[in-house]
Amino acid sequence: MTGSALPERLVEFVGSLRDHGIPVGPGETVDAAAAVAALGLADREQLRAALAATVLRRSGQRATFDALFDLYFPVAVGAAGAAADQPRDATELRDALVAALAAGDEDRLRALAAAAVEQFGRYGSFGEGGSGGGGANGMRGWSAYQALDRVRPEALLNRVLAAIRTDESAFGEAIARTEARSRITRYREAVQAEARRRTAELRGRDRIARYAVPPQTDLVGFTTASRAQLAELRRTIQPLSRKLATRLASRRRRARRGQIDLRRTLRRSLATGGVPMRPALRDRRPGRPELVLLCDMSGSVAGFAQFTLLLVQALSDQFSKIRSFAFVELTDEITGLIAAGSADPEGLARRILTQAKLTRWGMSSDYGGSLASFADGWPDAVGPRTSVLILGDGRTNGGDPNLDAVRRIAERAKHVHWLNPEARTSWGTGDSAALEYARVVPMHECRNLRQLTRLVTELLPG
Amino acid sequence: MQEPLFGSVDEVAERLAGAGYLASTAVATTVFLADRLGKPLLVEGPAGVGKTELARALAAATGSELVRLQCYEGIDEARALYEWNHAKQLLRITAGRDEGWEQARDEVFSEEFLLPRPLLKAIRNPDPTVLLIDETDKADVEVEGLLLEVLGDFQVTVPELGTITAQRRPFVLLTSNATRELSEALKRRCLFLHLDFPSPELERDIVTLKVPGLDARLADSVIRVVGALRTMELRKAPSIAETVDWARTLLALGADTLDEQVVETSLGVILKYQSDHRKAADELRLDTLLS
Repeated sequence: MTGSALPERLVEFVGSLRDHGIPVGPGETVDAAAAVAALGLADREQLRAALAATVLRRSGQRATFDALFDLYFPVAVGAAGAAADQPRDATELRDALVAALAAGDEDRLRALAAAAVEQFGRYGSFGEGGSGGGGANGMRGWSAYQALDRVRPEALLNRVLAAIRTDESAFGEAIARTEARSRITRYREAVQAEARRRTAELRGRDRIARYAVPPQTDLVGFTTASRAQLAELRRTIQPLSRKLATRLASRRRRARRGQIDLRRTLRRSLATGGVPMRPALRDRRPGRPELVLLCDMSGSVAGFAQFTLLLVQALSDQFSKIRSFAFVELTDEITGLIAAGSADPEGLARRILTQAKLTRWGMSSDYGGSLASFADGWPDAVGPRTSVLILGDGRTNGGDPNLDAVRRIAERAKHVHWLNPEARTSWGTGDSAALEYARVVPMHECRNLRQLTRLVTELLPG
Repeated sequence: MQEPLFGSVDEVAERLAGAGYLASTAVATTVFLADRLGKPLLVEGPAGVGKTELARALAAATGSELVRLQCYEGIDEARALYEWNHAKQLLRITAGRDEGWEQARDEVFSEEFLLPRPLLKAIRNPDPTVLLIDETDKADVEVEGLLLEVLGDFQVTVPELGTITAQRRPFVLLTSNATRELSEALKRRCLFLHLDFPSPELERDIVTLKVPGLDARLADSVIRVVGALRTMELRKAPSIAETVDWARTLLALGADTLDEQVVETSLGVILKYQSDHRKAADELRLDTLLS
């Protein structure tokens, strides 16, 4: 990279980070340039660390950063790796892969990922020379999917295990299995990164950066999240609940100090001849916030429900006074189930659906019936100190929305907030009664972790 | 601009290693940059990955004094910056009963009665200093404002004495467990380092360094088990500190290989929740031994 190309590349890179929701100001860009000037370009990992230190501000951004960094500051141009030890066909490649996976040799894994993409990942009309210099017309590129389909790394698990196996104990076996699995996952990621890099060379970095790099976790929609993304979300939810807990705790603590109790101060001052030497402070009234959660567990919001359950669970670790209810057609209390299910968050949704009485006939939600059964069944759950959170999309399947029930809940509670996993634009379309509900209680769009974080930190009362 | 502490990234790694801290490329690079660019370094990451330890090692490696400000909820200016020694002031006033007001005032608000707290201390120190602001996220937002002022200009104004400017900029290291999002303004002034679990090789080196006398094969198994535990979804994944503790425990137990029995009995050292314990035992098939 020549001297004048670098600032340009850096600016492009920063622009791409912004496109992916990582706010990088001009000040940071200048810092990054200064860092590069201080370090030089000799070591790629140092460059990566330097850029991460200067442009990133929170840890959740790292995956996106890494993917983009690999695009803008690639390891190599064209085919990577030495030609000498390249496997010639799928069988050889898989054999080499087994050895590399068993040994946990990361460099070799990356080289094999490059080889897989080079040999099996090509699609579209490349020139006969095979170097990509041929016809530029038509769609062509490198496909990780295609390469992985030929290599099938998952199917190698047993062979890898056989290669690692040192002792026959079930324990050693279990360790080896988790190790092998995570190495295979890393191999998959390496193949995907390599395919992205090669395609970017063909079709321009900007395009690939825009479409092929997954968004940050906190922008992934709850309802559309994949399994892996849900797992990632699960990891981020724990700190969020702790954040909320410290927030509420600090507010309560602040309310405690100050406030002079005049009557008691005067009473005390009698002992010192009317001079108020020791001011008496007013005692704290313990106003513990109570939280009631009402969660839609129907099929249409399954991903969201899974996720809210995790939030609820995380919250119930931090507070003592949280009651949770789930509904599909009917409402039932699930506080006990959540407390008992802390060891197994994944199975929790299933257990709630089987153990709580939520349905009469089907799996489609009936908001009217559910809200009514909540308002009638647990009149004591909501009081003047209770904050109620309703989580659901407000799709009534054409049934009566029963606004009156919501109104009754809202009258009794201190606050009611409705979190809706649908985009604001689709509220009120089709069978959605969201807009009608929104007139009764404040409703918030809550489709991803970022929105949820904002809601949690700004809305929830202390 | 004062003389930088380090000449190159490799030198950072070397000198930190000399102080007993094995740094990854990312850590060494970021420390080098913080030194070169003269910016505070904000280190975030899970508990027990060596955030505070890094500050300690930095101080040792550069022969600096380590000044530590431990943040907590409710910490204020008086605890962070300076306060007046009221008791001593009162004594002084009582001792000189017949002197005039003017004289008493001048005397009482002087250097002698000033109690410097960590921030002021770090700024006034003429010798090299590493200022560690620990668990910044625990402090209230107002303290962040104070930090901005102090870290921005490296000066403190004491109304009665005037402005005190740093003679020598301290190397500032802030740590945070990310329980609260720090303010953008503070983050913008810092270099950011996310400290995560180290690579298996690095962790093995750390364990061997911290627990001398540990059998190499046992160290290997320890790292493998800890690595496997981290891939499970636990409430609290074991960190380096726990790995080291575990290695120590194994050494004390006199275990020379890692088998179900040993793991089963000592798992409590690395896992802090009952549910994690159950899950790990389940996935590692520790129960097969008992059944």
